[in-house]
Amino acid sequence: MANPDWPREIHDALKRAGVRVVGYVPDAGHKRLIELCLADPEIRCVVLSTEEEGIGLAAGAWLGGMRCALLMQSSGVGNCINVLGMTHECRFPLLVLVTMRGEQGEFNPWQVPMGQATRAVLESMSVAVHRVTEATQIAAGVAAAAARAHSDNSAQAVLIAQQVIGIKSFQEQAAQ
Amino acid sequence: MSSTLPRREVVSALLAQRGDTLVVAGLGSTAWDCTAAGDSPLTFPLWGAMGAAAMVGLGLAIAQPARRVLVITGDGEMLMGLGSLATIGVQAPRNLAIAVIDNERYGETGMQTTHTAHGVDLAAVALGCRFASARIVRDAKELDAARAGLLAGDGPALVQFKVIAEKLPLVLPPHDGVALKERFRRALLGAPAA
Repeated sequence: MANPDWPREIHDALKRAGVRVVGYVPDAGHKRLIELCLADPEIRCVVLSTEEEGIGLAAGAWLGGMRCALLMQSSGVGNCINVLGMTHECRFPLLVLVTMRGEQGEFNPWQVPMGQATRAVLESMSVAVHRVTEATQIAAGVAAAAARAHSDNSAQAVLIAQQVIGIKSFQEQAAQ
Repeated sequence: MSSTLPRREVVSALLAQRGDTLVVAGLGSTAWDCTAAGDSPLTFPLWGAMGAAAMVGLGLAIAQPARRVLVITGDGEMLMGLGSLATIGVQAPRNLAIAVIDNERYGETGMQTTHTAHGVDLAAVALGCRFASARIVRDAKELDAARAGLLAGDGPALVQFKVIAEKLPLVLPPHDGVALKERFRRALLGAPAA
């Protein structure tokens, strides 16, 4: 069976969830979704210099009445730890879509430590974690996480397994 | 080089004419300064998340393009979020301004010097990050013009106020994060909405 166009499905899910601001540090796994967001005049895209900036961005947008989603690679989750304390203490809604590295199929051993710690880091800061391993499940997972985040003012992360992204080498990544 | 500006006079002067400006206060002394000048539901003081104040301001400025957003933060807090100046410069929000209250010290931890005591120029960094304007203010005579640039005019703007390194009485804002968030959203947006 051909893979569904899951980046487009995520984009649709974000639109239906009322997301108007998307903050990101680029990742090859998010490349197409970032392009869809950049091409969407209803979404304000904010490229970040480090992922933790996104936590502040999302909080500020929510204070101003606007919904935000963050896109990052698993390595960036570690950059967010301390500022996630604000998200928790203020019960800011938070939706983070994480493309995983350091899992099955990893070609860079330096990605493995943070990839293996991603879930634990998020859960240690009270972010609910949903890992999806099938392309057909991603958009539904994003929609459910967005609904939860905005209905109960909670922090939600969707981890997109590396096997879904399926990049197997530096050469393949560079050719994206 | 030594400054004669008292920090609370600077912050009081900024906030006295804030009108409906939305204010984000960085953690520590600048949050106490804002509270000493008069607490407001439209001031969101941070009690943590060091380095995030400018980005909270950016998110707010994007969500509320018709309102002025003023971030009031310290030199140590701004240094921890230096990359956010680049992020803000690229987004170029015309309604965002940052006042850095620069005592060249980490005031809450024993007055250790920050990088600004050793010549690091945050206004120059902001200009290098494509801010519409950025300047250092050392003298009370410049205060009116600096305030005008922070509360109106094209952003993103940054003013780095060189202030006296002094320990002042604590004037603490409420610290319940949910209450601070809810009061801000209620004052800005009206009844709670999704």
